[in-house]
Amino acid sequence: MNTKTETKKAHNPFVRIVKRERLPFRVRIWFYVIAIFFGLLVTSTLVILSSSKDKNYMDFFAAMFSGAFGSERRFWIFVQDFSLLLGVSIALLPVFKMRFWNLGGNGQILIGAMVATIVMFYWGGKMPDPVLWILMFILASNAAAVWAVIPAIFRVFFKTNESLFTLMLNYIAMVLVKFLISFWYPTGSGAMKTIEVGGLPSLGEGKMGIALMCFTVVTIITVAVIIHLVYSKRGYEIAVIGESEKTAKYIGINVKWRTILTAFMSGAICGVVGVLLSGLINHTVSTTMDANMGFTGIMVDWLSRFDPSAIAPVAFLITLLNKGIGQVNTEFGFASQATNSVITGLIYFFVISVTFYTRYKVRFRSDIEEKMKKVTTPITNFFKRIFSRKKKEEVK
Amino acid sequence: MPEREVSLELVSITKRFGQVVANNKVSMKLYKGEILSLLGENGSGKTTLMNMISGIYFPDEGHIKIDGQEVVIRSPLDAFKHKIGMIHQHFKLIDVFTAAQNIILGNKGEKYQIKKINEKVREIASRYGFDIDPKKKVFDMSVSEKQTVEIIKALYRGANILILDEPTAVLTPQETEKLFSVIRKMKADGKSIIIITHKLNEVLAISDRVAILRKGEYIGDVETKNADIPLLTEMMVGEKVELNIHREEPKKTKERLRVTHLSIKDINGIQKIKDVSFSAYSGEILGIAGIAGAGQKELLEAIAGLQHYEKGSVIYIDPKTEKEENLKEKNPRQIREMGVRLSFVPEDRLGMGLVGNMNLVDNVLLRSYEKGRSPFLDKHNPKELTNKIVEELQIATESVNVPVRTLSGGNVQKVLVGREIAASPKLLMTAYPVRGLDINSSYLIYDLLNKQKEKGTAVIFVGEDLDVLIALCDRIMVLSSGECTGIVDARSIKKEELGMLMVKSNDDLKNTAPHVLVDGLLNQNNEETEAGYEY
Repeated sequence: MNTKTETKKAHNPFVRIVKRERLPFRVRIWFYVIAIFFGLLVTSTLVILSSSKDKNYMDFFAAMFSGAFGSERRFWIFVQDFSLLLGVSIALLPVFKMRFWNLGGNGQILIGAMVATIVMFYWGGKMPDPVLWILMFILASNAAAVWAVIPAIFRVFFKTNESLFTLMLNYIAMVLVKFLISFWYPTGSGAMKTIEVGGLPSLGEGKMGIALMCFTVVTIITVAVIIHLVYSKRGYEIAVIGESEKTAKYIGINVKWRTILTAFMSGAICGVVGVLLSGLINHTVSTTMDANMGFTGIMVDWLSRFDPSAIAPVAFLITLLNKGIGQVNTEFGFASQATNSVITGLIYFFVISVTFYTRYKVRFRSDIEEKMKKVTTPITNFFKRIFSRKKKEEVK
Repeated sequence: MPEREVSLELVSITKRFGQVVANNKVSMKLYKGEILSLLGENGSGKTTLMNMISGIYFPDEGHIKIDGQEVVIRSPLDAFKHKIGMIHQHFKLIDVFTAAQNIILGNKGEKYQIKKINEKVREIASRYGFDIDPKKKVFDMSVSEKQTVEIIKALYRGANILILDEPTAVLTPQETEKLFSVIRKMKADGKSIIIITHKLNEVLAISDRVAILRKGEYIGDVETKNADIPLLTEMMVGEKVELNIHREEPKKTKERLRVTHLSIKDINGIQKIKDVSFSAYSGEILGIAGIAGAGQKELLEAIAGLQHYEKGSVIYIDPKTEKEENLKEKNPRQIREMGVRLSFVPEDRLGMGLVGNMNLVDNVLLRSYEKGRSPFLDKHNPKELTNKIVEELQIATESVNVPVRTLSGGNVQKVLVGREIAASPKLLMTAYPVRGLDINSSYLIYDLLNKQKEKGTAVIFVGEDLDVLIALCDRIMVLSSGECTGIVDARSIKKEELGMLMVKSNDDLKNTAPHVLVDGLLNQNNEETEAGYEY
């Protein structure tokens, strides 16, 4: 018996990776909270160490907070950016649900913005504003939808890969915008002047009105898309196609048609975001106007695992992070925008890698695990005691 | 009995996959020069256990002894070192290589001298009575030839312990007999052989001893000479099982489906079904037999409106109005809208019949979600229907809201069959409906099909177990390389005769070619190689 256990140890690998049972939602949330905490801890340490200014952790978190909520203006910008990101994320959700990887959000936003600008440029002031606005929405969202439908058509009829196709269309959209600007201002610096007439109405004064308008439009779209996905027959079809195209064909869903229509919807909503950007916020168009939301939206969808109810909270957190990091960047005296990306990337890294631990357990060799238990059991017991006490209090 | 030499010993092996315990403290012995059958239902942990011996998995607990020595097997390479060879259910060969090239693949330390290798392969083949040409390329081979290559590969490396995972599942009765004679020769040569199987009569025919696994636990072993089918079934299932299929004479048969001169070519222009004509009658079960890939799938999918075909016609005869409906160029939805009551249980349950990640209700909904004019889903009626199906078919699930893929194979199939039958079909097509199911579930499915027959449904049953086909069906149509080689009376046909029809060709001139054709098509993973065929 003795020899057996000894040989067993010798052959036992040090760590084994074992698949976990599905964790309850509550526990998974804690995993992510801890990941964000560690992500912030590591990034803040890095930032403090590399900053030329004398700053501490308090300053870091204060800056993070003030980036989003530091002033009234910042708050409304936060609301506006959150709304736009939510809009893009929700636009991409239906196509992602059916495994149509639309990476062309940026391009679709740009096309929407561009067409809205064209409408303002040529017809602004020449017709009643409400007519202009409706025209703007219809033309821009349809144009953006075409931008998404082209790859969809190629996918369903010629089996081309839609990820590359949509991605490449982004660059074509950028070049089109560039062309338009140089067409209008052949001698200019490549930037476009703002258009004074025909802008969309806002719901109040200044930044607040703009933010509220964005928020309202996006909320309506979000609710509609979620209802479509969760409760409608077409949404059910989308889910079936995403899970198994073979099953979809087996029950007689017209997969080609549904794919094209869903891509149309996705592009059209991106187009609406484009209209908000050019018609409401900037009154102009530029090649960088999309602010890469087409890609950030993909992040939002993936992090929320395509769960409609998680999209808004995740979009909120990501906007918060972006705004906060931007503020840290200025306050800590980093000249380069690259630091911005490095910091956000690091935090994303923590959040994404924790997914692994929600699915797998790392188990050490049994004897080591026993040794570790000596250390960890008092700690877990301590926490257990705290939590159970809390529960008792709640009961009282 | 004299003390025998132990060749392989497993000591308290445990393997878990998450919550699932695939093997729980399994201890067993394999003696030298013995053929051991490892018997157990699907999911009882046979393959997992063998995969640990051949180095694909590593046990969570316990260890393996070979010739009394404890060994560590971390990889297939380690397994080779200990002279263990495993022949997997799905062959792992490179299609564009010859037999000999495949055999020496991964053999380090040996010079690549193909002539010598060919010689050695021939030598091994003649010693055990294999029939193989070492220079033949794998894509030109039939399934049984591929299996031969796999076995020789193991022998070439000097394997003393051979593990065969369901070797007969893909063979005709004749080929099985041949394989068994080879195995007996290997045994005479002092090799130890483990055969994984769940076909009881084969167990009795080939093995010396039977070891039984049930739900990951080692139940025990019996000398084959002391065993019979009822005993083995009882050990396998854990309770006595009635193994009779009740078959009534067909009553009031009427033509329900008429297929005439149907020919199907796939995307690559390869003929899958060639001029097949038959009728299915109400109140009757029509069996379809054939080697895997003989065109069964294409035939059923063509009838269901999932497969395009140029020649021939599929006519459904409405039982009430006697109106003939042509189903050509119609998709499943159009067929439904025409009022054709056709249900189809496809071979690929989770890939085609159901959506694995959706729950039971959403899966039952698949068939009826379009009902009503509202743009929104009605989940209330499907939920009631699901509860009814779960109750009537005794589906083991904690609730109707769990994803279907979390259910066991048998229960998944019950959901699918239950849904299709709930649509009260007049024509029910089932492709391999009991594949991978335990004995109890299998008999429940046979029972359901019989009930449908009684109700006057025309049932089409594509099966692989010839014993079952003969016991369950009224007539059997045999497909061989996409051709119909006979429609026979199931009550009078013998298994061997069916086996003959399965490899026969209608065209004498092409006596050998279609054989190549069928087997090449079996290899669905390697579509590129199919270009190599000439017609």
